[in-house]
Amino acid sequence: MSRLNNPQDLERLRQQLQARRMAGRTVISVCAGTGCLALGAQEVIAAFREELQKRNLTASVDHKGTGCPGFCERGPVVVIYPQKICYLQVKPADVPEIVERTLEQNQLVERLLYRLPGDGRQAPREEDIPFYAHQQRWLLGNNMLIDSKNIEDYIALGGYSALARALFEMKPEQVIEEVKKSGLRGRGGAGFPTGLKWEGSARAPADKKYVIVNADEGDPGAFMDRALLEGNPHAVLEGLIIGAYAVGACEGYVYVRQEYPLAVENIVLAIEQARSYGLLGENILGSGLCLEVFVHRGAGAFVSGESTALMTAIEGRVGEPRPKYVRSNIKGLWNRPSVLNNVETWANIPLIINRGADWFASVGTAGSKGTKIFSLVGKINNTGLVEVPMGISLRKIIYDIGGGIPGGKRFKAVQTGGPSGGCLPESLLDLPVGFDELTEAGSMMGSGGMIVMDEDTCMVDVARYFVEFLADESCGKCVPCREGLRQMAAIFSRIVNGQGREEDLQTLQNLAEVLKSASLCALGTSAANPFMSTLRYFREEYEAHIKEKRCPALVCKSLTAYWIDPARCQACMICLKKCPVGAIAGGRDTIHVIDQAKCNRCGTCLEVCPKRFGAVNKLAARDVPSAPPPEERTIDRKRKET
Amino acid sequence: MEPEKIDDIIDRFGGRTGSLIQVLLALQRELNWLPPSVLERVSERLKVPLARVRQVATFYKAFSLAPRGRHQVHVCLGTACHVRGAPRLVQTIHDHTGLGPGQTDPQLKFTIETVNCLGCCALGPVVEIDGRTYGHVTSEKLPELLESCGRE
Repeated sequence: MSRLNNPQDLERLRQQLQARRMAGRTVISVCAGTGCLALGAQEVIAAFREELQKRNLTASVDHKGTGCPGFCERGPVVVIYPQKICYLQVKPADVPEIVERTLEQNQLVERLLYRLPGDGRQAPREEDIPFYAHQQRWLLGNNMLIDSKNIEDYIALGGYSALARALFEMKPEQVIEEVKKSGLRGRGGAGFPTGLKWEGSARAPADKKYVIVNADEGDPGAFMDRALLEGNPHAVLEGLIIGAYAVGACEGYVYVRQEYPLAVENIVLAIEQARSYGLLGENILGSGLCLEVFVHRGAGAFVSGESTALMTAIEGRVGEPRPKYVRSNIKGLWNRPSVLNNVETWANIPLIINRGADWFASVGTAGSKGTKIFSLVGKINNTGLVEVPMGISLRKIIYDIGGGIPGGKRFKAVQTGGPSGGCLPESLLDLPVGFDELTEAGSMMGSGGMIVMDEDTCMVDVARYFVEFLADESCGKCVPCREGLRQMAAIFSRIVNGQGREEDLQTLQNLAEVLKSASLCALGTSAANPFMSTLRYFREEYEAHIKEKRCPALVCKSLTAYWIDPARCQACMICLKKCPVGAIAGGRDTIHVIDQAKCNRCGTCLEVCPKRFGAVNKLAARDVPSAPPPEERTIDRKRKET
Repeated sequence: MEPEKIDDIIDRFGGRTGSLIQVLLALQRELNWLPPSVLERVSERLKVPLARVRQVATFYKAFSLAPRGRHQVHVCLGTACHVRGAPRLVQTIHDHTGLGPGQTDPQLKFTIETVNCLGCCALGPVVEIDGRTYGHVTSEKLPELLESCGRE
């Protein structure tokens, strides 16, 4: 492939690529995102390769590993184009049948199709599946169409045309104006208006400026940036180059956490390819713009996702934040103007340039425009990535797209915004999702984690989890965060262990106040949100732990116990053998009894007890009945049989 | 490890002061830990004070200043895995191997680590063993998984 020297070269290449695609070729797309790979997608791809060769179909059928379409719950996901037939949970053994029936005989393999809940009808295409039907997939929609390791797939779909447009039809100020007008706000958490950030950098005088992609997606339960960077790295890169042009930067960085090896691999490859096509490096598309982009792998520190900390990490130092008397878009990396945006923010830029700010702003609420990707996880039927218009209600996301709560359980709360966010109760399910709306409710948008919790989730335990997480991840530079979180964690540990004191809630609130007002960076100032929001909406659970020494959801180990119902135990020996600490006494004809002193509450007995017996129960520690005396523990099997 | 090989890795990143973290990551991957001699060499070659090399090496989770086991077991404790019962898996591993998070057995067979989200939340609870991700792990299945990976 020769270098693209002007926008006409790019357009010509796109037309060639499209012509090749239009020739009615069948394309088998297999999701090769991390989730599907863990479920065996690589083997499925290999099976397709082999089967197509065996049947001499390689000339007319393409197959490729693509980015994540979001429906991780039913992976590995296979979509066959142009018919858009969507097969779910595909195993290598299913591949010969798919090739024979669908490709050769034009029939559906019905057992691999999605079945609609309710009447059980099949949904052969993506758009027939409710999970997809209620989404607005501006960013994720292309993932399944693109071989994430091949720049030509992206170009064929119109990739880099926004860059050409920005470079040759717009002045840098016009690009910034367009981004400002679109109302795009940062997708990384804080929601700062992207255009304003760019404008600050563009106006700051400096010998050198930088653009940076923040792909240090540290929020537990969030993986949309991973999916974008793995699945469609060129969209992020194109946004970054447009940003560099707008602010006058000549060097770019992509900071990716090392826990995402595939994302690192794909973005490194994308940069190489873009460079060889003349879309990066010197004189991009013949416009005179120069930009070099480097990948910097994070080394495992949550706080490094904070903008100033991330920049110090790129400088090769310990990733600790610094006070922001001067914002990093004015004085950032090596004290020079640096525009740092989240992966998803950058990926939105080509859309805004190509389709216009008005189009972008037509979707959303007053303060939040466009779409947002959430990772819908936890106790939810359709786990995965969902891209929805801003302003959609939580209820719609959880019930229409997510398919509700599994196992007939009751919804309890949804946690948004990661460790800086909060838990929202059922009464707020009709809240429209937007930056300002979520903040008002005591949570925040954050980067887009959305963790659904059911009645079996203990809200005190969830708050404790986040406080411990943050205490562990606090860099220790400022006292309120370092010491405040440590104290909060100690108090939480007391509460979940049944040693909570009356004054604990007040002390926690005092500490929360100090953290909020005196911490150096957002990790500390927002660290109390999980506690404050759970206290606001689930105060009764705190009181149950502290006053009654009871965990209503039966989660906190010290306050719960496992108990074998003597009336239901069949003395089958399964739990007795599986108990890792030998806490279960009994024999072949002797009903089993758990020694509460020895039991470590791992729950294995409950997991292994055959469903038809259902003898193992979980209950509050204070309610455990005493075990039957030894002479009443024998089971008379003969009598039972007659 | 021979000093030349360490130098090779350092040079791969242009020997720039700013490349410290990337150099250490590459060395960690190669050696599975960062012995004192290696830190000294890095400090010398990159002209970064040893104190700062150690500061970086102790700050980030990816680095280990003690030898790690041949099998790396990462239990995901991200929120999604947490609400689906991941803490119990940590307990199960402890019951089975006697090792808690951050520990390595004397035979250097396993190193157990907890991690904050591997981004496979749909499959939670997730355990990653030697780079392979296992989804929907239960305390019942886990010992077998450990044994099969531990068989050498």
